[in-house]
Amino acid sequence: MENLLVAENIYKQFGNFTALNNVSIAIPRGSIFGLLGPNGAGKTTLLRIINQITMPDKGRVYLDGKPLHPNDIAHIGYLPEERGLYKSMKVGEQALYLARLKGLSKAEAKERLEYWFKKLQIEGWWDKKIQELSKGMAQKVQFIITVLHRPKLLIFDEPFSGFDPVNAGLIKNEILQLKEEGATILFSTHRMESVEELCDYMALIHLSNKLLDGKVSEIKREYKSNTYEVGLESENDTALLAELKEKFVIGNTNFKSINDDLKLTIQLKEGETPNQLLDYLLGKARINHFVEVIPSVNDIFIKTVTQHA
Amino acid sequence: MRNLKLIIQREYLARVRNKTFIIMTFLSPLILVGMFALIAYLSMLNSSEQRIIGLFDETEMFASEFKDQEQVQYLDLSGKTFEEAKQMVNEQDYYGLIYIPENINNDLEGVQFFGKESPGLGTIQAIEKTIADRLTREELIERGIDVNQLNEAKTEVRIEIQNFSGERTSKMSNYIKMFFGGAAGYLLMMFIIIYGNMVMRSVIEEKTNRIIEIIVSSVKPIQLMMGKVLGTSLAGITQFTIWVVLAGVLAMTSFYVLGIDIFTVQKSQLETVEQIAQPEIAQLVMDVLNLPILKLIIFFLIYFIGGYFLYSSIYAAIGAAVDSETDTQQFMFPVILPLMLGIYVGFFSVIENPHGTVSTIFSMVPLTSPIVMLMRIPFGVPWWELAISVALLIITNFIVIWIAAKIYRVGILMYGKKASYKELFKWLKY
Repeated sequence: MENLLVAENIYKQFGNFTALNNVSIAIPRGSIFGLLGPNGAGKTTLLRIINQITMPDKGRVYLDGKPLHPNDIAHIGYLPEERGLYKSMKVGEQALYLARLKGLSKAEAKERLEYWFKKLQIEGWWDKKIQELSKGMAQKVQFIITVLHRPKLLIFDEPFSGFDPVNAGLIKNEILQLKEEGATILFSTHRMESVEELCDYMALIHLSNKLLDGKVSEIKREYKSNTYEVGLESENDTALLAELKEKFVIGNTNFKSINDDLKLTIQLKEGETPNQLLDYLLGKARINHFVEVIPSVNDIFIKTVTQHA
Repeated sequence: MRNLKLIIQREYLARVRNKTFIIMTFLSPLILVGMFALIAYLSMLNSSEQRIIGLFDETEMFASEFKDQEQVQYLDLSGKTFEEAKQMVNEQDYYGLIYIPENINNDLEGVQFFGKESPGLGTIQAIEKTIADRLTREELIERGIDVNQLNEAKTEVRIEIQNFSGERTSKMSNYIKMFFGGAAGYLLMMFIIIYGNMVMRSVIEEKTNRIIEIIVSSVKPIQLMMGKVLGTSLAGITQFTIWVVLAGVLAMTSFYVLGIDIFTVQKSQLETVEQIAQPEIAQLVMDVLNLPILKLIIFFLIYFIGGYFLYSSIYAAIGAAVDSETDTQQFMFPVILPLMLGIYVGFFSVIENPHGTVSTIFSMVPLTSPIVMLMRIPFGVPWWELAISVALLIITNFIVIWIAAKIYRVGILMYGKKASYKELFKWLKY
């Protein structure tokens, strides 16, 4: 089975508002899948449907090739965006309670909690109440509860919000390690840099519709515009620039360099190759910098969303 | 089922471990006892006050009739002039002055009471009766009727009420039935309000804490709701049991402490009271024993469970629909209304006519039936009526829990939205 989770043609309406309009996603086993979209796009609704908190009006969800069953909650770990804990309950007590709700036995839950508490360096918190902890501290506890029952599928909704950089890094490493151990991870965010860093696959939802999905590298390939960033050193910059402008579409750019370069982006016509460009440039200037411009997820996001506004 | 058990356990412990719960459980009986003690003490203060009432009797017939009593002392001022008597009463701060004119006739016209403040109803009645008795006696003698013979001829009639199944009742037993039925109904209402509110607050807490979404990714919302309702009801039963035990212990100790007091002081009075009171006390005990106690207990439990579940699932839905407790006001009134209605119908209509149309209807309507039917049961309710009432309650429970669960399911995930009734109606279709 190639995909761990498949959501097919999910349609959900709240009153007159369509929250999801025929959205389908497929999450390959062992991958990290980023679900992107502006606020209110329908990401959380889709996550809730996968978690069987909300039922879709139309469409089906399959886990491991079988239609989703209520018992599947034991195979899914969900860290919602709106997350909290009981204020007046002790940390250890409620972690135990939530773990047992996921189907773990008391002894098993306790053993694993002790392991994780040690791993995240929070052993001393067992008898503390949540109201004594900071928001970031509470997030650690929630993270542990999400992964404790070793689910096949982990779903994180904005996992890094509320963490300081140190703890965000800690959690990121934990997520990568969980992937290493075979977990499939779906995470929803509007922070593009974390998608860039972590995700193998992504889907973009905007105004209840899926606009884009696939392998991150393929999407980027699709969105690149045959443009190259160059740093040229020549005797007469003005003359060179004038010459280039006649042949290519030229843009300004900036990058770090120790030389006093002419910094340009050069967009090639369809069918032209970078080798041809290099050939052309070789005789005219010293080439200090030559890089293909690959669109960032952020660029793709903004481009797609503004196109469909 | 395993999860439901876990939820019930957590909810129960969360309620019982709460400091307010512990304090209220042990403090409220003390407050109640303290209140009764205070009332008793205050009324004792009130009645130990000695009053002096002056008597200005132009006929000179009544001075011997007005006998001094524990709280009232009569002072014959007939020897003085009326003005002097009035002045004396005023200056000495007496309670008042009775004026009886010379030509008094049978309708007591002309008798007057002077006082700084208007006297209590009891005082006036006592004075009227004293004068009227004397006048009646005079009148009887004048007409040649032997007063002693008349007294002998007087009979006391006590109507014995008997129903068709042969259970004997008396007027006294009606009061006992009212007391037991009323207490049961009132207790039920208090329980529903207090514990329904607890369920609601706990739902709001989970919503504002944002733990709700973590929990509903593991359990079905209806499981969480039912677990909450059940766990809280167990906490209620615990509190109730503690109260019953405390009340028992308290009653025993107070009898022990006060018992000696009562028997030594009132020994002389007790002997006279005994002869009159004994058959009545015996009757009282008989009446209490004749109550369908087992039936009352069984139906208290049935109606408690039915009524509590009905209302607390509504409370849970309200809690889910709002973001904070201050927003609950608009939904609370329709919940409290039928409960109050039940109590009023119970205390006015059932006592007046336990099997009248109004009482019967309200003991069938599910929102009021737990209270009203409980009040009716001591008066004897036919089995078929109970069956209909309970059946209606069960059916309504299913419908209301179903609706409440739908509102709950949607509401718990709605943040920052102030729900209106229109909104709630829409949620049913989500």
